[in-house]
Amino acid sequence: MRLNSVAKTVLQRLGLGLITLFIVSIIIFSAVAMLPGDFAKATLGQSATPETVAALQHEIGLDRPPVERYFSWVGKMLKGDFGSSFASRTGYRRTVAEIIAPRLYNTIFLAVMTALIAVPLALGLGIVAALYRNSWFDRVVNTVTLTTISFPEFFIAYMLAFLIISRDTFAGTEFAQSLPAWLAISINWTLNVVPKFPTLANINDETPFWDHVWRAALPSITLTLVIVAHMMRMTRAAILNMLSSPYIDMARLKGMGPMVVVVRHALPNAWAPIVTVVAFNLAYLIVGVVIVEVVFVYPGVGQLMVDAVRSRDVPVVQACALVFAAAYILLNLIADIISIATNPRLLHPR
Amino acid sequence: MKSSNVIARERGTDLLTVRDLHVEGFSDERWHPIVRGVNVSLKRGEVLGLIGESGAGKSTIGLAAMGYAKPGCRITQGSVVFDGADLLSMSEARRRRLRGSRIAYVAQSAAAWFNPAHRLLDQTVETAVAHGIASRGEANRDAVELYKRLQLPEPETIGFRYPHQVSGGQLQRAMTAMAMVCRPDLIVFDEPTTALDVTTQVEVLASIRRIVEDFNTAAIYVTHDLAVVAQMADRIMVLRHGQTVEEAVTRQMLAAPTQEYTRTLWAVRKLVKPEIEARDHLLTIDNVTAAYAGRVKVLVDVSIKVPRGRTVALVGESGSGKSTLARVVTGLLPAISGSISFDGQPLPLSLKQRPKDLLRRIQMIYQSPDSALNPRQTVEDIIARPLEFYLGLKGEQRDRRIGELMHMIEMDESFLDRLPGELSGGQKQRICIARAVAANPDLIICDEVTSALDQIVQEEILKLLMRLQRELGVSYIFITHDISTVRAIADKVVVMHQGKVVEQGSKTEVLTTPHAAYTELLLSSVPEMDPDWLTQLLARRKNRGILDAAG
Amino acid sequence: MTSAEPLIQTTRAHRVRRTRRSRMRMALKNAPLSAWFGMGVILCYVVIALFAPLIAPYRETQVFSEAFAPWSHEFTFGTDQLGRDMLTRLIYGARNTIGIAFITTTFSFAAGMTLGLLAAMYRGWLDQLLSRAVDVLMSIPSLIFALMLLSIFGSSIPSLILIIALLDSTRVFRLARAVGLNVVVMEYVEVAQLRGEGPVWMLRKEILPNVLPPLIAEFGLRFCFVFLTIAALSFLGVGIQPPSADWGSMVRENATLITYGDVTPLLPAGAIALLTVAVNFVVDWFLHSTSGLRDEK
Repeated sequence: MRLNSVAKTVLQRLGLGLITLFIVSIIIFSAVAMLPGDFAKATLGQSATPETVAALQHEIGLDRPPVERYFSWVGKMLKGDFGSSFASRTGYRRTVAEIIAPRLYNTIFLAVMTALIAVPLALGLGIVAALYRNSWFDRVVNTVTLTTISFPEFFIAYMLAFLIISRDTFAGTEFAQSLPAWLAISINWTLNVVPKFPTLANINDETPFWDHVWRAALPSITLTLVIVAHMMRMTRAAILNMLSSPYIDMARLKGMGPMVVVVRHALPNAWAPIVTVVAFNLAYLIVGVVIVEVVFVYPGVGQLMVDAVRSRDVPVVQACALVFAAAYILLNLIADIISIATNPRLLHPR
Repeated sequence: MKSSNVIARERGTDLLTVRDLHVEGFSDERWHPIVRGVNVSLKRGEVLGLIGESGAGKSTIGLAAMGYAKPGCRITQGSVVFDGADLLSMSEARRRRLRGSRIAYVAQSAAAWFNPAHRLLDQTVETAVAHGIASRGEANRDAVELYKRLQLPEPETIGFRYPHQVSGGQLQRAMTAMAMVCRPDLIVFDEPTTALDVTTQVEVLASIRRIVEDFNTAAIYVTHDLAVVAQMADRIMVLRHGQTVEEAVTRQMLAAPTQEYTRTLWAVRKLVKPEIEARDHLLTIDNVTAAYAGRVKVLVDVSIKVPRGRTVALVGESGSGKSTLARVVTGLLPAISGSISFDGQPLPLSLKQRPKDLLRRIQMIYQSPDSALNPRQTVEDIIARPLEFYLGLKGEQRDRRIGELMHMIEMDESFLDRLPGELSGGQKQRICIARAVAANPDLIICDEVTSALDQIVQEEILKLLMRLQRELGVSYIFITHDISTVRAIADKVVVMHQGKVVEQGSKTEVLTTPHAAYTELLLSSVPEMDPDWLTQLLARRKNRGILDAAG
Repeated sequence: MTSAEPLIQTTRAHRVRRTRRSRMRMALKNAPLSAWFGMGVILCYVVIALFAPLIAPYRETQVFSEAFAPWSHEFTFGTDQLGRDMLTRLIYGARNTIGIAFITTTFSFAAGMTLGLLAAMYRGWLDQLLSRAVDVLMSIPSLIFALMLLSIFGSSIPSLILIIALLDSTRVFRLARAVGLNVVVMEYVEVAQLRGEGPVWMLRKEILPNVLPPLIAEFGLRFCFVFLTIAALSFLGVGIQPPSADWGSMVRENATLITYGDVTPLLPAGAIALLTVAVNFVVDWFLHSTSGLRDEK
């Protein structure tokens, strides 16, 4: 009986997640259906003959009814066949799956690495800021994060890159020469403290693990800065909201110390809001990944998707969008399930 | 502890002495005084009642007695000496040792003040274990003992439940057990029964009073309800605007208050309207059944007649369906079955089917004037709209009528360009009345219109409504849970319980010789000003219980 | 007692009234430095955007012989990859980037707010339909969705505006609906309903005036978001297309200079950052001074 109601709610959410994924797949699929009529001609360019245009339309399946096309598309996809890239026309065939697979690994590598740094950091900072509300620490952190969330990701990325490049170039600039010698030297010294992270992420299948970490460092730091700012502000708000609950007042009136108040009385009720905050902010991670990968030429799905959009390689765009959407839906689903599993009202029904 | 208690009482020293207490609260970017120089002294085992209207600062004083100020408040001046040590100047660690163990707190709405993530038992014994007063096992046994004394059902197992799994009255008693577990010298009760229905309130009051007497605990009992404080307190202090009005032993305070303000507080209870027989009926509700979409029925087979130009009081506790009945009459919630006739004509059940003129003839006034007035419309906009909408009044005619209405509700025309946020609670309710009257209605439904107001303002509003009835001949359906309000305004009384009409009849009939058992329970549960009321009621009920069991 | 009360209240009401009116002035006077800074910056940007042709030293697409020219008297910030004056491009960029973001936000608001309030007012199937549709749209990260739609419809300015406005209106819808629901359950709305008022009155007189303050603040936040999204798309090469001057694409086109330790590409990026910081500072102050509402954004 007790487990039942939680299990029921969880199953409901799982079902809802599947339905969402289903509808999202329809939307992404309809993308092809919405292609303008002369698309094939535009893709094939000047050399298009009526035969090649018809062949391409047949290849995309524009000559079959949409419902049939959708199910054959989904069916193939479930078997791991995402179709072939438009770029594979001349001579050899390149399947979407084989293009995406290695890049997907790279993107997941970057995302997980970032999440491992950013999530604990943001939660820690958020909780400290909430506990010491209105202290100078809180104010400084508030202003800094407000500034950071206003920055475009590529601005932060290029600033970091610029900083690293300045290690070598600063001494030679006119600006440095116009400064007094001691200042120029100390700035130069400070710059040299910064590790010389690679500003272009040269990664292939053979890159060893730690080398991969080293080369992904700069993209990861950029993403961390973006996410920490968002996540920290929301964590702070969630914790503040909870600390204003009457039962926290009660714990204080019962003579409990600050640690007991936080750990015993606040924390058990904080999981749901914190998990929601984390899941919400991992959306910024997905968006951030696309831009950061482009800036640092990191061979991931994001960069692939942007290239595919520029060349209007629709099958690849579809597959990338589906990957990102599925990841996002999955994250939200996990957050939902954790909130359900920690809710005393659901765990212990009347 | 007991022996030191006795010694202290013999010496006559105070357990708690509050001197010249000043507390400020922060709002609108400014610090405002909430408490202004209050002195309190309390002996061991004594119960002090703090009474006053909203904004009197009584809860703030209760918390300050624990050396605590809510977030957004600060204690700016004074001393709070508990058992010889000043709570305000001692270290936070020392204060923390006293809180929970020697001074405890019981809050108004236990549902919000219990942590939803822990079992009742864990929360009950937490202080005893944390302050090293008892081992976990001893504390658990003691908690069960306290649950028993507080007459909680299934005392052995109720502690294993979570707060959301027990009822409001039970939670309130569990919170008292939580406060008692360290056998504190002082407990601050902050309106512990205000959120409860009257029949539940009696039980909780009885439990609290017995346990406080048993353990000879001193208490500060904060409430706005005179009759309740008369049962609980040895001594009463009347507060207003953060200052003491007067203070005396309970019986003396009830019998002979010295201050004008106190007398006005006492006087409210005595307003009684002579009952008038009805000639014919304006509204007839026949076998009406109603339900919210897909849920259980909230009204079952309700039949009520509303006499023309008279007042029908609809009485019942929360969940009795009395507000739902109002929604059915207005057409917001069309009845599933049954019929309603209005002035001899059948009334369409749904709001959408009623013509404009029918809508005009039935008006409604709500409990909370704050949410019943659009904060972005001026008083003039609010009153003028029904005049323009129903009666098509324009220009000078409209302005003259607005002037008349303002005069009717005893407010002058300088208020017309104000926004509701700039008015007091009583003034806002007057505007709501004017808006209803502006439509020239035959029937006004008043849904708990005085519950959100302070007692003195309540009286003024009731008098105004009665005067309007005399002058305009309008009928009222008056929904309330408060029996003294029923005495003040009703001609006819309808008692509701769990969606059904339990009893209806003329006011004297229902109030003096109730037929239904529920009516009797309800009426007998309403606290009276007599300090012996609770004792006598419990004795009566006990005898009755014995008789019932014997019979 | 009764006769005395209105008199007392009159004087008190007058006092309240005066502080109400002066509260605006007080709030402005007590505005923190960050808010003043924000308002100043926004004003500068607006002036630059409006009077771009008068301020810029050259024409928007005027090409000079030297590409990537260094900073000099002739070209204050040097020239770009095609030899166009950087400063001129920056000034015209203000016009294009801010203008398009503003139009998009306005569209997004018009749609999101109308539908959100209607959903809150009528509930039922309309609400269900719109809410579920929004749930689905929001289950795809918006940048990804925008990239996909742009790959289909191509990157023209009208399709850019419409796509972003559509995606962004989902968030406006959610907020407008939530705020609207809070107002719709108020008894004064029920009073109007009981009186027999029509939908136009309900929306215009009862609901709209009470939902406006939080939505105004939201407009600022949404503008920032739209502005950053368009900048990001342009940076990725699929947003505003050449030869229109635009800050996002300026960063991308001149990014190579960074590798030589040249800060020039950071200028347009910094211009974007400065404006969003300024708007955020103002919104943050506005939210704090109207109430502690929505601390989290």
